Amino acid sequence: MTGLAVLLSHWARHKVQAALLLMGLALATALWTGVQAINAEARASYDFAAATMTQDRLPRLVAERITLADYVALRRAGWPVSPVIEGEAVIGGETLRLIGIEPLTLPPGERVEGNPADFLTGGTILSAAPLDDPRARRADLPPGIAVADIGVAAQILGPDISYLLLTQDRSPQDRPAPAGYALIRPATTDLSQLTESFHLNLAAFGYLAFGVGLFIVHSAIGLAFEQRRALFRTLRALGLSARALTGLLLAELLAFALVAGAAGVALGWLIAGALLPDVASTLRGLYGAEVGAELTLRPVWWLSGLGIAVLGMLGSAGQSLWRLWRLPPLAPAQPRAWARESAQAMRRQALAGALLLGLAAGLLALPGLWAGFGMLAGLLMGCALILPMLLASLTRIGQWLSRGAVAQWFWADTRQQLPGLSLALMALLLALAANIGVGTMVGSFRATFTAWIDQRLAADLYVEAADEADSARLLEWLGDRAVALPMIRTTDGGTGVVGMVDHPLFRRAWPLLRSLPDPWAHLDAGDVFVNEQLALRRHLSPGDRVEQGVIAGIYPDYGNPMPQVILSYDRHRALYPLPILRHALITDIPAAAIRAAFPRMVVQDRAAIREASVAVFERTFAVTAALNVLTLGVAALAIFASLLTLSALRLPQLAPVWAMGLRRSRLAWLEWLRTLALAALVWVLALPVGLALAWVLLAVVNVEAFGWRLPMRLFPGDWLRLGGLSLLAAGLAAALPVYRLARIAPAELLKVFARER
Amino acid sequence: MLSLTAVCKGYASSEGRVAVLDGVSLSLAAGETLALTGESGSGKSTLLHLCAGLDAPDAGRIAVAGRPMGRSDAERAALRRGTVGLVFQQFNLIPSLDVAANLAFQARLAERHDPRWQAELTAALDLGPLLSRYPEELSGGQQQRVAIGRTLAARPALVLADEPTGNLDETSGDKVMALMLRLVAETGAALLMVTHSPRLAAQLDRRVHLRGGRLS
Amino acid sequence: MPRPGPFDFPADHGAHPAFRIEWWYVTATLTAADGTEYGAQWTLFRSAFAPHEAEGWASPQVWLGHAALTSSTRHLAAEKLARGGIGQAGVAAVPFEAWIDDWRLADRMAARGEGFAYDLMLRATGPVVAQGDGGYSVKSAAGQASRYYSQPFYAASGEILLDGRRIPVTGTAWMDHEWSSQPLAADQAGWDWFSLSFDDGARLMGFRLRGAQDFVSATWITADGRPEPQPPGALRLTPGRTATVAGRAVPVEWRLELPAKGLDITTRALNDQAWNALSVPYWEGPIRAEGSHPGRGYLEMTGYGEGAR
Repeated sequence: MTGLAVLLSHWARHKVQAALLLMGLALATALWTGVQAINAEARASYDFAAATMTQDRLPRLVAERITLADYVALRRAGWPVSPVIEGEAVIGGETLRLIGIEPLTLPPGERVEGNPADFLTGGTILSAAPLDDPRARRADLPPGIAVADIGVAAQILGPDISYLLLTQDRSPQDRPAPAGYALIRPATTDLSQLTESFHLNLAAFGYLAFGVGLFIVHSAIGLAFEQRRALFRTLRALGLSARALTGLLLAELLAFALVAGAAGVALGWLIAGALLPDVASTLRGLYGAEVGAELTLRPVWWLSGLGIAVLGMLGSAGQSLWRLWRLPPLAPAQPRAWARESAQAMRRQALAGALLLGLAAGLLALPGLWAGFGMLAGLLMGCALILPMLLASLTRIGQWLSRGAVAQWFWADTRQQLPGLSLALMALLLALAANIGVGTMVGSFRATFTAWIDQRLAADLYVEAADEADSARLLEWLGDRAVALPMIRTTDGGTGVVGMVDHPLFRRAWPLLRSLPDPWAHLDAGDVFVNEQLALRRHLSPGDRVEQGVIAGIYPDYGNPMPQVILSYDRHRALYPLPILRHALITDIPAAAIRAAFPRMVVQDRAAIREASVAVFERTFAVTAALNVLTLGVAALAIFASLLTLSALRLPQLAPVWAMGLRRSRLAWLEWLRTLALAALVWVLALPVGLALAWVLLAVVNVEAFGWRLPMRLFPGDWLRLGGLSLLAAGLAAALPVYRLARIAPAELLKVFARER
Repeated sequence: MLSLTAVCKGYASSEGRVAVLDGVSLSLAAGETLALTGESGSGKSTLLHLCAGLDAPDAGRIAVAGRPMGRSDAERAALRRGTVGLVFQQFNLIPSLDVAANLAFQARLAERHDPRWQAELTAALDLGPLLSRYPEELSGGQQQRVAIGRTLAARPALVLADEPTGNLDETSGDKVMALMLRLVAETGAALLMVTHSPRLAAQLDRRVHLRGGRLS
Repeated sequence: MPRPGPFDFPADHGAHPAFRIEWWYVTATLTAADGTEYGAQWTLFRSAFAPHEAEGWASPQVWLGHAALTSSTRHLAAEKLARGGIGQAGVAAVPFEAWIDDWRLADRMAARGEGFAYDLMLRATGPVVAQGDGGYSVKSAAGQASRYYSQPFYAASGEILLDGRRIPVTGTAWMDHEWSSQPLAADQAGWDWFSLSFDDGARLMGFRLRGAQDFVSATWITADGRPEPQPPGALRLTPGRTATVAGRAVPVEWRLELPAKGLDITTRALNDQAWNALSVPYWEGPIRAEGSHPGRGYLEMTGYGEGAR
């Protein structure tokens, strides 16, 4: 295996290059794997929850109040119901959702594991995580959930039954529900469908980061090839066949890929572990989905992480491998630098880019989330491909505009360097555009969201009682010191149903996007309002019909992934006889006073709710912010790698100028300036791309994914800040190569004139 | 125009210090042409580089146009811009500029750009049809002609040439030599040329031979 | 189990929470107007995790109901589970009523399941009969026993619903009430239990507990309701033809001999496939007796594992 040893010896001498290659691939793999790990963890949680939380899959009967006697009466009348007492409880120091079930009346196959006697009479509480309570036992359950016998739950949560599960289709009467009860059907979409768009967003980021990272790998491999060109020729002349040599290089690359891939997977684990708690709380806040905050090692993502590292390496190295395959053993004395493309190639690439842009525009006509992502990909790739030619044109203009010899040479030389730097600059463009695009989207979202929530939270206080008795006592206590408006809502078949009292407070607080004339009168008459999500998904307008009635108005409902319908209060009460536990209060009484009088009551003032909502919102985008910064870092690394690649090839271009009287320090300064100028140009070009990206995100992707639409706002301050950042990144990336140039020994430069390359 | 006094230059190697130049002294008058010959590896190029200020001697003094060689990098760079012109064996030209820009570059650096003089040189060197081409598209002989044109366009007082025809075949080489000598004579510049060809050396006024780090 | 005194009716018709296992068992042999034979079963089991009763969810009692309807071609069964203490299932002694969900046993016997239902009036035509030795029914040589009485003299009439058809029926029914804390010895795998109403008015209850050694016990009941307990082993039970029922080999024809009464009969099942495929599976179905004492009755066979004898 001496051939392989010879190849590898190169890396021992050029440790920085080796480090770059490994780091680039490892980082790219890390980001991709991290996202995959998060998505896999979430998906596993959804599947698990769907499998174990059967009470979410059965229809249920609800009523204002269900006592034990009510339940027994229904059973004796022949109704196949099973009672559930459910609520939030503090067990062993943890706040959990406690679900009390009656195992004997549940359908077969839904039985709880473990000793039935223990469960029924031993007061066992099952949960996934260990609890500090003598009754607790471990079981395979989703996080945040505790299951116990209904007797235990009754002791903790109170004797009233929360709802009855309908365990069979048969009903002893001709009606779907007994008198005084409402039938709530289970949601038809499961969690994995609801959260798909969120996970798709994450996955898209992972792919973007991976693509940017591959640029680094490509640079490093190309440099290594160029530096070993003479070595390769020698090996071939000594008798190593093209196939054998290519095979050796392939083996070397695969070894790198596996090492970097393994490191990347490990790094991805860390990244995912760090991000998962935020993702979990986002999912809980947005969708009510319970995802564990602990990361499990699953083969699906670490295997695919290794796989994509190998694939990425092969893709980046393809060009070099091909060139190696075709390398003639005796090369002519006149080399062509590997990075120099002809103007023709650049034009071809720009044409391809233009085509992609056209394609992206064409996708506007297609609906669906995938079309939206296709548009994004086409836009980004198209602009990236056009970039080199644009930069070449800009530098040409610069040359034409400048007066002094050095200035003209500066621009000419910049243009000459473009092919070598083009990949790194494309990476920078993508990273900047993504930053601007996502930043604009988040900013627009934030502005609209905060304005909307300020409008919607119109009451002073929002209270929720534990039971009807408490609620009644509160109303009595308040008397006429407050206006108490009942708030009732439920879910039916996956759609939220809200009952709205006709009061000026709500008329003001519920802005309508579109409506029939005098919409509130329509509501009172029996029509409904629907939220934007429902209207967009089913392509409905005011005047169309939904299950609950005619649409009189469409209102914005940011942050809610589910469709929602508003009925008049009276209609809601008639359809769903539920206890009224929540009220909106218009009052001067401070929250503390109510809390003191009613310790069990949940009292929130407007500011607290607003803060909580905004916090959920911010957490949602904290993840994307972190990924943004990381991709920018990867782009800077790509620039660094490219500059390092080129520095060895720069000497023949710089030596003549130096010989003619330009000092090394001046040359170095100009090199640095060149990188900054390019970064600045890329930033300027990234602005329109980023804004286009933001538009696609707001107008297409978000609408498809979440169902609501936001106006786009501009944040020039952010752009300037990003410009500064990119200049900083480019400046830092160029620092080392420029420093080395400033310090280069004259002998090195002189060798150019004498040595044959 | 150029005077060297007891110049020494060596470099460190695995066997200790190797002296390339060991007490070299020579002088060149204005308008004079001098050929510097020697075996390959004898230090001819090193001597030339020292005269150009591209490198500094370990010991000894160098004076160009009556002024001693500056100590600082800035002074020496200034020297190369205005007073001294260099023609190397290869890679003389700036790859990113076309021939016309290359021709004008040194003169403009020295702020002595004279369009008429440049036009004369262009005609004399028969570079007219090549003006918009790029260096990589030119043959060796054409490149060297452009290099000569570029150097002389700045009207340097001293021209230092390091095997300028080394990469060319005999016919082109002779043509280039003839052109260079004629133009140097026209501008009145002094010429120090390194060559290993006795035949070429014979075409110059004087000749010195470098062996073992010393001139003879 | 200590040997107790005589039964204390009507209290003893109710539940005995201190004992671990208890059941109220009614089997009815019915005939439709066109002579087609049917059988109905109504059973309520009580099982206790602890020997007491408590109110509400804390009750350690669990109730299990089985109901079945058999014809010569169909056998349908249903099961219900309920926990004690909340009133979903239970037995009241005075007036006597046993129920679980919407199944009822009092002077009526009513139940429904997937594809079948029945609603029969029960009228006692004879007295309650103590089984065993004054209601103390020994189950093995080691002395396991239960308290056990029967009401074998019911006249039944009412309606059954089978596969969508309502069929008026009449016939006789037999109720058993038994409770104990450990009815079976460790080696006893199951039993075969017969209740027979002969055409001449006499009744016979007999069972065989299969274990290391079989334990056969029987009670002869005269037409006027006098029980005559037979010594262990007096009744000879000989299994005859077996049928494959639910993957098991189950004897569906038997020969019963009781020389003391001159009894020599063979019984045949109305439906070989009278298998209750419930959480605890067993065979239970109507039989017809031929021989010295023709008549009809019910046969219950438990403990036949898959591939067992």
